[in-house]
Amino acid sequence: MKKTLLSASAVCLAMAVPFGSVMADENADLIINGELEITVRAPAPAHMEGSGISEIMSGWVFRATETQAFEMDDFENPGMIFTEAAIDAWNTVEGEAGESCASCHGTPEDMAGVSAVYPRWNEGAGEVRTMTTQINDCRTEQMGAEAWDYDKNDMLNMQALLASVSRGMPVDVAIDGPAAETWEMGRELYYTRTGQLDLSCANCHEQNYGNLIRADHLSQGMINGFPTYRLNNARLNGVHSRFRGCVRDTRAETYSVGSPEFVALELYVASRGNGLSVEGPSVRN
Amino acid sequence: MKRILLSAFAAGFGTIAIAETAPSDVTFGDYGQVEMSVSGAAGDPAAGREIMANRGKGNCIACHQVTALEEFPFHGEVGPSLDGAGSRWEESDLRGIVTNAKMTFPESVMPAFYMVDGFIRPGNGYTGKAAEGPLDPILTAQEIEDVVAYLMTLQD
Ligand code: HEC
Ligand code: HEC
Ligand code: HEC
Repeated sequence: MKKTLLSASAVCLAMAVPFGSVMADENADLIINGELEITVRAPAPAHMEGSGISEIMSGWVFRATETQAFEMDDFENPGMIFTEAAIDAWNTVEGEAGESCASCHGTPEDMAGVSAVYPRWNEGAGEVRTMTTQINDCRTEQMGAEAWDYDKNDMLNMQALLASVSRGMPVDVAIDGPAAETWEMGRELYYTRTGQLDLSCANCHEQNYGNLIRADHLSQGMINGFPTYRLNNARLNGVHSRFRGCVRDTRAETYSVGSPEFVALELYVASRGNGLSVEGPSVRN
Repeated sequence: MKRILLSAFAAGFGTIAIAETAPSDVTFGDYGQVEMSVSGAAGDPAAGREIMANRGKGNCIACHQVTALEEFPFHGEVGPSLDGAGSRWEESDLRGIVTNAKMTFPESVMPAFYMVDGFIRPGNGYTGKAAEGPLDPILTAQEIEDVVAYLMTLQD
């Protein structure tokens, strides 16, 4: 009795899948400004063996055709406007030491490739640093300036600038050596169900990517496109704020932006995107 | 507490006891079914229909396609279509699935709609803050019955 019922529902599940593909062109390729090729599909990194995902995909793949188009031309991409404010900040002397980012780091282009390897273990500090914590360390320790708020304007603008100079380069965060412990913690969090809805990141972004959940077309929850300009809120959005929103939607008490939990989760989620291109600032809905 | 009051009330008036079963007191059969009404009363399918579509209540169509609910936009694909659910399942099966789907489908992504403990970091609704005090189930006992009554109308 039970058996026939279950297989009937399995059939329905299988039939339900193709429905959402009308929303987006999941086979489209992303070329920015007609010349910069972005890898939006890549073989899954070895550590994802057993996850059921053999091909990793950028969130761009799952967005509607009109949303996808915004990212194909820098003049159409509202996220790129914020990089200009960041160029000014880059060259501005601030803080007691009388330094600017430029005085130590040259041009933003000299930072090409840095976004691709963050979060990253910092030997001197003995911790995994995100772009945010690294930039703030430069501000407070090197410049004698105030830290910027996590996931807020100045910080997101600077991250958009530093991501933009790495666009097209493959994400390649290290998960071994001293970073391994933090990575394991992130992995644990990824698979832990939270809240009264009792859902984990994997329940939505690993088991159900490609499916609609109400009006949303579920992606693999990748962060290679951060910071993301969201059409919904018309501003740049940081990784931890996005995590926060997803955890909140499980009717859970979230971790806070900048917390050790979210740093670990960021490292883990970034590593699931190893092989995709850095794509920030990207456009999402 | 609620239960005692209700049955005392019923006994006092000499009518049939209408007893609500608290979320932690629900008993499941071997296949996850729940035989008795959890509210002690019959469900109202019209009310159940609204709950199915309401984002703050069942929001069942977030994950399920239901042809009879097409007037409500955006049906998800995470779970199977519920068309014909009332023909496929007994009422007790459906009550079990809506109460706590994991008793029927282990590891399911379908949330338990009548459950109040055993969660990790339960929040205060969708605020992202910690829950204050004991949780309320997502649906009340009567809402569970209303949804079950509506599902029974979904015949092939
Ligand atoms: C006084 C010199 C100095 C200034 C000014 C400075 N930094 Fe740094 N920055 C450093 C040093 C030194 C490191 C290497 C830190 C380490 O490895 O612990 C670094 C590292 C970084 C890194 C990581 C590079 C990598 O390859 O891992 C980023 C990103 C960065 N800085 C951004 C900025 C930004 C943005 C500003 C301006 C807000 C800034 N820095 C200002 C000295 C400076
Ligand atoms: C109930 C389902 C659900 C759960 C659980 C969930 N998310 Fe999401 N998430 C979404 C939806 C819906 C979106 C928006 C559409 C999309 O990109 O998938 C989204 C978007 C994202 C994005 C943005 C992707 C992009 O390309 O910009 C990231 C990153 C993300 N989620 C990470 C997570 C992480 C990490 C967790 C676990 C802490 C998580 N999500 C849990 C539903 C969920
Ligand atoms: C987060 C997604 C999600 C939500 C929300 C959800 N379900 Fe489900 N439901 C599922 C999945 C997935 C299955 C398939 C069973 C499994 O997990 O293997 C399922 C199975 C079912 C079934 C059995 C399928 C069949 O053969 O007919 C019924 C009935 C059902 N759900 C009813 C509901 C009702 C009623 C609600 C709202 C009160 C609801 N669901 C909300 C995901 C969901």
